[in-house]
Amino acid sequence: MRRALPAAAAIALLLSPLLLPSEFYVNIAAQVLIAAIFALSLNLLVGYGGLISLGHAAYLGTAAYLTIGLVTRAGFGQLPAALCAVGLATAMAAVFGLLALRATGLGFLMITLALGQILWGLAYRWVALTGGDNGLSGFTRPAPLGLALTSPRAFYLFVVAVFACAFVLLALLARSPFGAGLRGVRDQPRRMQALGWNTWLIRYAAFVIAGFWGAVAGVLFAYYNQFISPHVLGLTSSAEVLLMVIAGGAGTLLGPLAGAAVVVLLKNVASAYVTRWVMLLGIVFVAIVVFMPEGLVPGLSRLRRRRRAAGAA
Amino acid sequence: MRFWLVQSLNGLALGGLLFLLSSGFSLIFGLMRVANLTHGAYFMLGAYVGLSVLNAGYGFWVAVAAGAAAIALLGGVLERVLLRKLSGRTLSQVLVTLGIAFIISDASLLVWSGDPMPLPMPPSLTGAVAIFGGYFPRYRLAVVGISLLVAVLLWLLLERTRVGAMIRAGVDDMEMARALGIPVPRLFTAVFCLGAALAGMGGVLGGPILSVYPGLDMDMLPLALIVLILGGAGSLPGALLGSFFIGFLYTFGQALLPDLAYVILFLPMVAAIALRPKGLFARAA
Amino acid sequence: MPMRAALILLAALALASGPGSAAGKDPVRVGFLTVNSGALAAGGRQMHEGLTLYLKQHGNKLAGRDIEVITLDTAGQPATTRTRTQEAVERYNVHVIIGPLAAFEALAINDYVRQAKVPVISPSAAAEDLTQRNPNPWFVRAVGSSAQFNQPFGEYAAKTLKYKRIATIGDDFAFGHETTAGFQRTFEDNGGKVVQKLWSPLNVADYGSYIAQIKPDVDAVYASFAGANGLRFLRQYAEYGLKGKVPVLGNMTTVDEGILKNMGDEAVGVVSSGWYSAAIDNPDNRKFVEAVRAAYGADPGYYTAGAYTAAMFLDLALQKVKGKVEDKEAFMKALRSVHVENGFRGPIRIDEYGNPVLNVYIRKVERKDGRLQNTVIQTVPDVSQFWKYQPKEFLAQPVYSRDFPPAKHLEP
Repeated sequence: MRRALPAAAAIALLLSPLLLPSEFYVNIAAQVLIAAIFALSLNLLVGYGGLISLGHAAYLGTAAYLTIGLVTRAGFGQLPAALCAVGLATAMAAVFGLLALRATGLGFLMITLALGQILWGLAYRWVALTGGDNGLSGFTRPAPLGLALTSPRAFYLFVVAVFACAFVLLALLARSPFGAGLRGVRDQPRRMQALGWNTWLIRYAAFVIAGFWGAVAGVLFAYYNQFISPHVLGLTSSAEVLLMVIAGGAGTLLGPLAGAAVVVLLKNVASAYVTRWVMLLGIVFVAIVVFMPEGLVPGLSRLRRRRRAAGAA
Repeated sequence: MRFWLVQSLNGLALGGLLFLLSSGFSLIFGLMRVANLTHGAYFMLGAYVGLSVLNAGYGFWVAVAAGAAAIALLGGVLERVLLRKLSGRTLSQVLVTLGIAFIISDASLLVWSGDPMPLPMPPSLTGAVAIFGGYFPRYRLAVVGISLLVAVLLWLLLERTRVGAMIRAGVDDMEMARALGIPVPRLFTAVFCLGAALAGMGGVLGGPILSVYPGLDMDMLPLALIVLILGGAGSLPGALLGSFFIGFLYTFGQALLPDLAYVILFLPMVAAIALRPKGLFARAA
Repeated sequence: MPMRAALILLAALALASGPGSAAGKDPVRVGFLTVNSGALAAGGRQMHEGLTLYLKQHGNKLAGRDIEVITLDTAGQPATTRTRTQEAVERYNVHVIIGPLAAFEALAINDYVRQAKVPVISPSAAAEDLTQRNPNPWFVRAVGSSAQFNQPFGEYAAKTLKYKRIATIGDDFAFGHETTAGFQRTFEDNGGKVVQKLWSPLNVADYGSYIAQIKPDVDAVYASFAGANGLRFLRQYAEYGLKGKVPVLGNMTTVDEGILKNMGDEAVGVVSSGWYSAAIDNPDNRKFVEAVRAAYGADPGYYTAGAYTAAMFLDLALQKVKGKVEDKEAFMKALRSVHVENGFRGPIRIDEYGNPVLNVYIRKVERKDGRLQNTVIQTVPDVSQFWKYQPKEFLAQPVYSRDFPPAKHLEP
């Protein structure tokens, strides 16, 4: 019963954008949640696993390309295309993980970066398959169970449902023995090994699961934009999601959501009021490091605790 | 025959440029374990500063010195104020260095406008030399020479001076160095300034070849990262060899395998790291 | 706690809900999609300058109605472009969109624009299929398509300059592919041979290794570069001693006025083709160039002229519907039937696909009054995107790309 109230409040909060008069903000909210799923997936790797990846956009991008390409170019149905997209992208994560986990730290960062860039180069050059830098378009959103997703509000409901699934499942994973083991391997790999944990296997599993959820975000991304081009596989994309995770609070559950909100809102909403929004974004990041080095969410809850303690005193 | 000769020289020239770009990066990461993702922005800002100095009527070498000095100052201030408290905290370092890179990049757009601008070459180095029936730009040969000179000077600094010994001690074993009384914080700031100066200088020296434009920072950063990982962090010979290796690989790779031009650097890198995670040219642990 | 957060969030969003429609006579709202950051920022700024100048010259009033421009930064990313377009339509209720800058941005919003039925005037995006195999009834282009201003050039190179063997080098992306393809097709149709095709990545560090590959015995090099790359290529081309030896034929953006001002001797003598030159010798253009120089201190090029033309189209269409931009169908019809008798670019009219039929100018870079300019050496009038080919046959073939038309005369 104690858990039900915050859960209900969270659901109400998630559904609140549906009440907004302008459809534009509903669309922004959908973008925030899609970015949040993407950030949640990377958070598993970076926050809980301590493995900094600069190539996570590979999974989002591949899944998005497959979703749109299979439907528009190969005549697949929507559901088979989505399943293929997630499946193949996850399989790719399984292969990439084998390569990337041969190194740690900077080496890991560089391999993920390199793999991401290789995919980007492929998307750019393999014009017959990917449309090159012109990309693929002409994609219509699916209608799962007969409900059309063309209207922003219907689409937003769909995204909320997927986000809620992702959040709950990843939260359960984080709180499970697997999650504890992953954090242990992040902090004290040698000790964990001495205790009998297979450190490589845990990291590998985290890598593949992160790839899976990145792919899910990719399918949603394809549905939202109805267009795909190599930009999504670029270094900027991977760097952006990494920044979301760190700024929001790596290793926390709400951090990725906060980080996603900050970046998406600054890019799409603040830029209407502030021409130099890129500089503003940089300043926000520096400010977070200075005032809340663990991230927005841990920093804010620290402030709240301090105020409560001061109030109680 | 001419093809191989000219492309070899191109490879050397590109390698020299990469060494100027990445030597500072390697030094900073090697000693302080700070992934200074602002490095590309330092390179670009150095080029812009050099451009302004040149437009004000001063000579090329003055501009080089000005670029180095300006970025050294900026780097020192940022290290002291922001990065010092973040030792060991990689995630915060990534966030803050990228944040600073965004700020520098956007501010540069404001100050210098977004028009791409070439840096004029020093008059003594313009023109081409005739080599075996072909031509090769004099300036690029000079870049090779300058990068080798910088490498030698850095080597002398590291191997033959007390400061250099302290730096090497720090790279090898930070705890021990501290226990021996080495003033680690001041050393860090000094190294960071040096690394930033190298980046700024590299920007001005690269300017006549690359020009300066918004986006130069993000075009150069991955290259610096590649050299770092191939050469091994903190290893000067590694950075030198890594730079020239990349220069040759890139030049010959895209000439002989044009279809792979986009991935020519990354495919071997994945192979290299998968085989030797500590770096191709790193010293044995 | 979540309750309070929810309330604050709702309140904030409600406050920021954007302007409602004002009572009385509404201004015509124009959504201006541009780029304010990164490598494309220079072009974005020039587009802004062109648009602003036209509006200023007309007292910010076209066809008797005030014009409100809402500038939206797309960050040069397709996803952001789509979001800003949605913002323009859903939040600001714009009547027309001018922009975006890049071809891939235009393709990203193509479907949305069709759904939302909002008129788009493109001041810059040159992608061929937007007005060929994937035409959008809500789209009209104010500038030529990529191949349009290169097809006359291929013929010129073969028949007038009498070149026989040419090597091409260009940016490895759609604009580079399409422009080179247009040139290659007409050049080879008129007896020329493209013996070498090189492609350099868009953000390549250095052109040295590409220049070293260019065959030394070709008659000329056709170089198709955009953004800063034309400047860098020509400089390095001169450094390698090729400048006097093998002439360079440029694409319009290789020697665009926007970068020409920062170039030196390395650009002198480069012959190029385009739908504009700041040196076009007619009274309207002279006035235009003077105005741009006075306001912005530089000559107008691709982006400035493109945006100025887009504003001109808006003006002409608004006049035709007597300011009633709310009748979308009629306004779009007016846009599609815009006819400029004689403007600063010469006559322009729109074909049935939404693409302009315009003059193409063959230009040569010369130094005049201490600055570089693209002197017009020949005017090719009435050029359509199909050149002399039949539209049906043209469209039946695949779109111009890296491999089409196929290069049959390449030498190893």
